[in-house]
Amino acid sequence: MAFPHRPDAPELPDFSMLKRLARDQLIYLLEQLPGKKDLFIEADLMSPLDRIANVSILKQHEVDKLYKVENKPALSSSEQLCFLVRPRIKNMRYIANLVNADKLAGRTRKYKVIFSPQKFYACEMVLEEEGIYGDVSCDEWAFSLLPLDVDLLSMELPEFFRDYFLEGDQRWINTVAQALHLLSTLYGPFPNCYGIGRCAKMSHELWKKLEEEEDGESKGRRPEIGHVFLLDRDVDFVTALCSQVVYEGLVDDTFRIKCGSVDFGPEVTSSDKSLKVLLNAKDKVFSEIRNEHFSNVFSFLSQKARNLQAQYDRRRGMDIKQMKNFVSQELKGLKQEHRLLSLHIGACESIMKKKTKQDFQELIKTEHALLEGFDIRESTGYIEEHIDRQVSPIESLRLMCLLSITENGLIPKDYRSLKTQYLQSYGPEHLLTFSNLRRAGLLTEQAPGDTLTAVESKVSKLVTDKAAGKITDAFSSLAKRSNFRAISKKLNLIPRVDGEYDLKVPRDMAYVFSGAYVPLSCRIIEQVLERRGWQGLDEVVRLLNCSELAFTDMSKEDKASTESLRVILVVFLGGCTFSEISALRFLGREKGCRFIFLTTAVTNSARLMEAMSEVKA
Amino acid sequence: MDCYTANWNPLGDSAFYRKYELYSMDWDLKEDLRDCLVAAAPYGGPIALLRNPWRKEKAASVRPVLEIYSASGMPLATLMWKSGPVVSLGWSAEEELLCVQEDGVVLVYGLHGDFRRHFSMGNEVLQNRVLDARIFHTEFGSGVAILTGAHRFTLSANVSDLKLRRMPEVPGLQGAPSCWTTLCRDRVAHILLAVGPDLYLLDHAACSPVTLPGLAAGVSSFLQMAVSFTSRHLAVFTDTGYIWMGTASFKEKLCEFNCNIRAPPKQMVWCSRPRSKERAVVVAWERRLMVVGDAPESIQYKQLTIQVLLDRLVLRRLYPLAIQICEYLRLPEVQGVSRILAHWACYKVQQKDVSDEDVARAINQKLGDTPGVSYSDIAARAYGCGRTELAIKLLEYEPRSGEQVPLLLKMKRSKLALSKAIESGDTDLGEQGLVFTVLLHLKNELNRGDFFMTLRNQPMALSLYRQFCKHQELETLKDLYNQDDNHQELGSFHIRASYTTEEHVEGRVAALQKAAEAFNKAKNDFAAKATEDQMRLLRLQRCLEDELGGRFLDLSVHDTVTTLILGGQNKRAEQVARDFRIPDKRLWWLKLTALADLEDWEELEKFSKSKKSPIGYLPFVEICMKQHNKYEAKKYASRVGPEQKVKALLLVGDVAQAADVAIEHRNEAEMSLVLSHCTGATDGVTADKIQRARAQAQKK
Repeated sequence: MAFPHRPDAPELPDFSMLKRLARDQLIYLLEQLPGKKDLFIEADLMSPLDRIANVSILKQHEVDKLYKVENKPALSSSEQLCFLVRPRIKNMRYIANLVNADKLAGRTRKYKVIFSPQKFYACEMVLEEEGIYGDVSCDEWAFSLLPLDVDLLSMELPEFFRDYFLEGDQRWINTVAQALHLLSTLYGPFPNCYGIGRCAKMSHELWKKLEEEEDGESKGRRPEIGHVFLLDRDVDFVTALCSQVVYEGLVDDTFRIKCGSVDFGPEVTSSDKSLKVLLNAKDKVFSEIRNEHFSNVFSFLSQKARNLQAQYDRRRGMDIKQMKNFVSQELKGLKQEHRLLSLHIGACESIMKKKTKQDFQELIKTEHALLEGFDIRESTGYIEEHIDRQVSPIESLRLMCLLSITENGLIPKDYRSLKTQYLQSYGPEHLLTFSNLRRAGLLTEQAPGDTLTAVESKVSKLVTDKAAGKITDAFSSLAKRSNFRAISKKLNLIPRVDGEYDLKVPRDMAYVFSGAYVPLSCRIIEQVLERRGWQGLDEVVRLLNCSELAFTDMSKEDKASTESLRVILVVFLGGCTFSEISALRFLGREKGCRFIFLTTAVTNSARLMEAMSEVKA
Repeated sequence: MDCYTANWNPLGDSAFYRKYELYSMDWDLKEDLRDCLVAAAPYGGPIALLRNPWRKEKAASVRPVLEIYSASGMPLATLMWKSGPVVSLGWSAEEELLCVQEDGVVLVYGLHGDFRRHFSMGNEVLQNRVLDARIFHTEFGSGVAILTGAHRFTLSANVSDLKLRRMPEVPGLQGAPSCWTTLCRDRVAHILLAVGPDLYLLDHAACSPVTLPGLAAGVSSFLQMAVSFTSRHLAVFTDTGYIWMGTASFKEKLCEFNCNIRAPPKQMVWCSRPRSKERAVVVAWERRLMVVGDAPESIQYKQLTIQVLLDRLVLRRLYPLAIQICEYLRLPEVQGVSRILAHWACYKVQQKDVSDEDVARAINQKLGDTPGVSYSDIAARAYGCGRTELAIKLLEYEPRSGEQVPLLLKMKRSKLALSKAIESGDTDLGEQGLVFTVLLHLKNELNRGDFFMTLRNQPMALSLYRQFCKHQELETLKDLYNQDDNHQELGSFHIRASYTTEEHVEGRVAALQKAAEAFNKAKNDFAAKATEDQMRLLRLQRCLEDELGGRFLDLSVHDTVTTLILGGQNKRAEQVARDFRIPDKRLWWLKLTALADLEDWEELEKFSKSKKSPIGYLPFVEICMKQHNKYEAKKYASRVGPEQKVKALLLVGDVAQAADVAIEHRNEAEMSLVLSHCTGATDGVTADKIQRARAQAQKK
């Protein structure tokens, strides 16, 4: 248990430099507005900002009061106002209202807008249309990489998912390319680069362009990261839609981890207060259980508690000198561990109350059935009941999407009836939600030709792969099909299990889903790294609808040390889940390499569904 | 030794100066400089003279004349001044001559007297006229500051990126300030002005009083002030003949001096020599010049770099010499030869006697694809000379299509610009600012129909514009969908409007009606039907609210029926369920949950017996247990079918009986399930029983 790294595992680059860079840049920007000023911060930026520069640092640079950017008039009396915002049009309106109200009142103040991570042309245009372009000064805080943990960098851009995959908005690609460029300046060059997906390809191209423009800088340096892998979220929706059962993922699904920390409520802390807890490798207890299947966690924690008790108990036989030593050297550590232990035990109890009920078991059973593709009628019935009982709008939606993707779309009758039921349960505005889901390819109707899927899969068993490929080609309609079943078979995503899958001693990445399913995203990464490219994966790439969108970019120079060649940066465009992180950490341990994760945001099924949902204001 | 020091004169106690003639001026000035406006460019650049600046007569003989000389007095240009009266002249850092007219218009000339452009300092200046103006230099460029007849200041800190700032009023200022100057602090241009014995500092937000440290007493007015070229030092001359010199931050006095001359000086400037640590202020009266020095203090000077030297040669059209220097110094092409050639090309396009074809060919022959040459810059110059066709020809040579866009827009070739902007798409994915810019140009230039038609052929531009409209111009979005016959999106648009923009039920129903029509056109029967249902529901909810009170609007069908049941309106609930075709299964779940919530056990039992439950009886057990009513739960547990019997018995806590049933079923999964529930102290017997049964089953 407790996942130690292999002794020969390479060191990870030190990412704390990114924080220092971001902090210095922010301070520089604040000092561009000398003197006392009030700072208005967009709610979404508060947690990331807090990880970079706390209130006392802000105060040192003459930030007087802090306000949240919200739909309320600001009562600031400062002569200088500074806004720290994401480049969103609604923020521009907020600022414009404030400035124009000042103008009406005949008041002149200084205004500065700091866009993070970059400004968008549309924002400046809105400022211009509102007639305040000349009154405000604009700056960019190019803070796009927040190290949440030793191996996890987040861009903290949850809106990336909806903006790109639903709205087709490509503006964030520039931000991604800039972030990659920054990384390669600091830790590069990167000798090997792979990717799949349209966004991955565009980001890669733009990033290369940036490198060319500024070439020379990283030349001659020894790379610290041997491989980079870029992956679009829409290459694998299935994994992100599954219920998570490794501890960290389960904590995220249950309590929502936000910017690397979680608010444990009174039911966890067993006091009347909530507690904000940072969850990362520094938490000794957490780092031992984060990647574990939940079924192991409780017994591990109680063992740990017994050990702790034994260490406390050692006091009994001590003389004064030993006691002095114990108090000065060990007690603090033990108390800290004690505190963490009781927190995680509390969290476990709370999760067990919610998740080990009959309902949860049934839910997981249905998910596994969908992944494996049996008893589809029964699963459909389960989903219908789920909707009828109004269990949860987001959960119902998630199950519908999982059914759709694994089955290449819903059959027309189910498509109509499930949607009708859903609207009756959760409200008619979700007509728009369905329109969004269809556009994103998450919930679709089988095209008439698709009903041949069953035949096709039978045929593919009989004839050679190549012929089957041709037949599939002939069947495929204009609409993109997820082809999950065929991909699953090709990549062996559903492990054949003889007897019980031992979750205590996992044998493959499937353990993150109780041994039922190897995450598709992680399998693709594993395969490409093994083959050092896409050779032999043509059929998979074709089934993923990515024929033109899978690429390899190897540099000729071979300065990379064997050490660095075992450090792999995986870039998830549109978010990654803790389950995927755990699976790849497992793979790293198996192969003696280390993965670093760069994601536009940490996500899970609920966040994906919320991003697609239309909610009444 | 005497001969070396004889021409050196003492300056203060520790410094000496000497005077000698470097060269004599070549010019032949007939008139007194007194009647001229004079401006000398920094770094030994050209000198401009404007004679008779205030003459308003139309007679050609007395019209003002603008003359430009090199620093050594070589004439560079002479032209008749045909515009309005000029208040002030000054050179920008790029050696462009800025002429500030009384009406606030600033005319810009090159050093050969070629007119470049003009801009206005704004309406306020136009109305109140220019009383005084200064051209000043900051690290960002050259700026213009204006004092108007209304005694207000307006300034632009950088004339090549014009942003006008009107400074706040100075409280109590009746007449013009006795003296003023611009002052760059914290990268922002300020105005320092004197009113009687007081000094004020103006920025665009506030007017704050300023005190100079260690200023001698008895000052009742300031007559002159001067800021050093680097904006680090300030000198003021007072009506007591006293000079204060210090830092421009007003924090430190460096030196003071009383010259006992009370007459206002004509001019006062800071001067210093490169690498010298001494700085001095030169004060000039009609017939007297005085140099006041201060203690040494280290300061840094920027040298005239080789780049600036080349610029100067280019401005003087000495192209071959400049190229020779570049080659001799082996400057990289981009910084050296290419740049000079580009300048040459810009000059070439001004030769109006040569045809467009010949100019374009000559330029392309000489420049080829030399790195660092921007054909779009050259084309821009051609357009500036009124040669649009030449500009378009030159743009053809520009390899980066994105670079062609701004000029095409300027020349009103917007459609061409749009396709070029999109063409550059794969290189300028960036944030699509370019495409955006073009779109907005097009939007203003074309009528709506044409604009939309243009968009229609450019899907990428269309999606970008849609994004923008979604946030900023909802109505336009609707028009766009209409134009596109995109009925699906139009439907969605109206649906969204039905709960965001419309407040009253009638308005909402009307929006839904439009949505339904759009969905019908889109052949989306499902959405059309769902929308019609929603219209019915809204109307019904409105009636229910009127009739029964309470909130119904915006509830889903399910919640509407639940609310009715909870309010005891069972008949109405049934009716709504029928009207909206709520399936039986849902209705049973719904009723069961609602009745349990009401704890109306009697009604629940009646309901359970009304017909055979389509959802079985296990849910009844579950829901009763959720309400902690074991007694009721047990009633239903007995009615649960054999398949779910074990689960039901376990739910009501009857482990022993559950075990019996499981054993009877000989069902392994059920037995394990029961076993996992054997946690109580009394369950030991039951557990043993199951284990025995299992063992027996295995024997068989």
